[in-house]
Amino acid sequence: MSSTIESFKSKYNNNENQTNMLAKQLSVFLENKSGRLTEVTDVLGAAGVNLSAMSIADNSDFGILRCIVSDPDKAYQVLKAAHFAVKITDVIGFTCPNVSGSLAKVLKHLSENGVFIEYMYSFANGDVATVVIRPTDLESCERILSEKKVELMKASELYEL
Amino acid sequence: MIWNETVECMDREQLRDLQSARLKKMAEYVYYNTPFYRKKFQEMGLEPGDIKSIDDITKLPFTNKLDLRDNYPFGLAAVPMSQIVRIHASSGTTGKPVVVLYTRKDLAMWSEAISRAFTAYGATKEDIFQVAYGYGLFTGGLGAHDGATNIGASVIPISSGNTQKQMTLMHDFGTTILCCTPSYAMFLGEAMAECEYPRNEFKLRVGVFGAEPWTEKMRKKLEESLGIKAYDIYGLSEIAGPGVGYECEHQCGTHLNEDLFYPEILDPKTGEPLPEGQLGELTFTHLTKEGMPLLRYRTHDLTALHYDKCKCGRTLVRMDRILGRCDDMLIIRGVNVFPSQIEDVILKLPEYEPHFLLTVDRVNNTDTSELKVEVKEEYFTDDMATLVGLQKKLEAELRSVIGLGFKVKLVEPKGIERSEGKAKRVIDNRKL
Repeated sequence: MSSTIESFKSKYNNNENQTNMLAKQLSVFLENKSGRLTEVTDVLGAAGVNLSAMSIADNSDFGILRCIVSDPDKAYQVLKAAHFAVKITDVIGFTCPNVSGSLAKVLKHLSENGVFIEYMYSFANGDVATVVIRPTDLESCERILSEKKVELMKASELYEL
Repeated sequence: MIWNETVECMDREQLRDLQSARLKKMAEYVYYNTPFYRKKFQEMGLEPGDIKSIDDITKLPFTNKLDLRDNYPFGLAAVPMSQIVRIHASSGTTGKPVVVLYTRKDLAMWSEAISRAFTAYGATKEDIFQVAYGYGLFTGGLGAHDGATNIGASVIPISSGNTQKQMTLMHDFGTTILCCTPSYAMFLGEAMAECEYPRNEFKLRVGVFGAEPWTEKMRKKLEESLGIKAYDIYGLSEIAGPGVGYECEHQCGTHLNEDLFYPEILDPKTGEPLPEGQLGELTFTHLTKEGMPLLRYRTHDLTALHYDKCKCGRTLVRMDRILGRCDDMLIIRGVNVFPSQIEDVILKLPEYEPHFLLTVDRVNNTDTSELKVEVKEEYFTDDMATLVGLQKKLEAELRSVIGLGFKVKLVEPKGIERSEGKAKRVIDNRKL
């Protein structure tokens, strides 16, 4: 059991290993009341953590804030200390040209190979669009994208956007 | 262990004789010393001589909390104030507080009652008690204090609150027995897990919890989180304070000190006595109290009594856990709801913290109920569907157990205020 975990870790460990493409995303539980998002950003700001991308999933009662930050481990610790429910989730970042049809092309590779997408968020900046994706199967997603020559982003690149 | 075997294990026939003799004396005592009761006796055409045995108790008038308020502050005293040595008062949230008076003998009687309880929990003069009940007008703090002193134990009179200090003293002084409300104990359990001292450096072995109703599941949680055996202590200030009843090592009900406080179970609506084992309103009559004796005091606590002998050897009657209070009970859309039922459901689901806040309101003539609960941190997930599923699961469980739809709202960890005294778990905003 532990050896399986070890091998998984060595493969996916999100350290300074430059070959790694899995990025750490923070997921924070937010009660549906005014000021909560402000508090999260306040806590991160005070700790000198920069937000590079974020999205909020919500229903009428509560929301989940998902964000990419400059220093995920530090952000995790300061939010935890401020009594937020927070989890680290692995995601994959990639870029594609900011022209019509390019995202469709990438997504088609995934759907044809049976990889589902739990959620994603993205933004375009000039000629390039950046996409953060949470697939059901991280390993096959990463493999397919690199086989299909999609521009995967290193975790460190994503943190420093 | 048994503190007073003569009384606690007395043959029930003998106990009846003792209760009869004491009731006869009490009827006479209040007739001549408490104007309130003399007037009631006279209105009912009753004379002290009509009370010949404990069976005649049904002839006596009832006493309600309202009677205590009407006679605020000292109207029900049966002795001159020069003989009163202690005055306690309830934290009356509505109107004036309810006052209770003790003579020196009453305090000794109360200490005797609590000593029986502590001894049943296995406490001896070797123990170190941390009394984290509030000290003051509330009977919990000083009651537990006097009881522990009476058995010769060492007492840390820390009172409630200041959780960090509670942990430090518990660790440094080697506290063996903790006394507090069950809701504060839950809080201390969390604090123990988070504090700097390793668990095996604590000597705590017994928890004495009372002053609010709690459940078997809460007992398990407390025993796990604090590493103790948890016992219930029952009491109400009008009758004495903690120590009116207590559990023995078999924990098959709460033994009532019925040589001092005579219990009856009545139909809450008609006031008629109910047969043994049936659920009804608990009522007490003082058999020995001097300062402010009460006859047939309606506690509003709902429970049942069992008279068969206990495995521990005690013959004193056993009371079931308090299901709730007649006045704690909420009626939501016509359904009777006790906060203890909600707690039970929540404790059954491992994903939730054992805290909740129920808000009841009325919108367009329909009752609405919103239940705030905290998902434990380790069960928080990035997946919206799983969280919504958790919410739906609790709603379905509540519907099946209580028969009522609650709107469940998930809040952040520690999003519900923790209490250091009695927990505030229900807010009823309905204006009827």
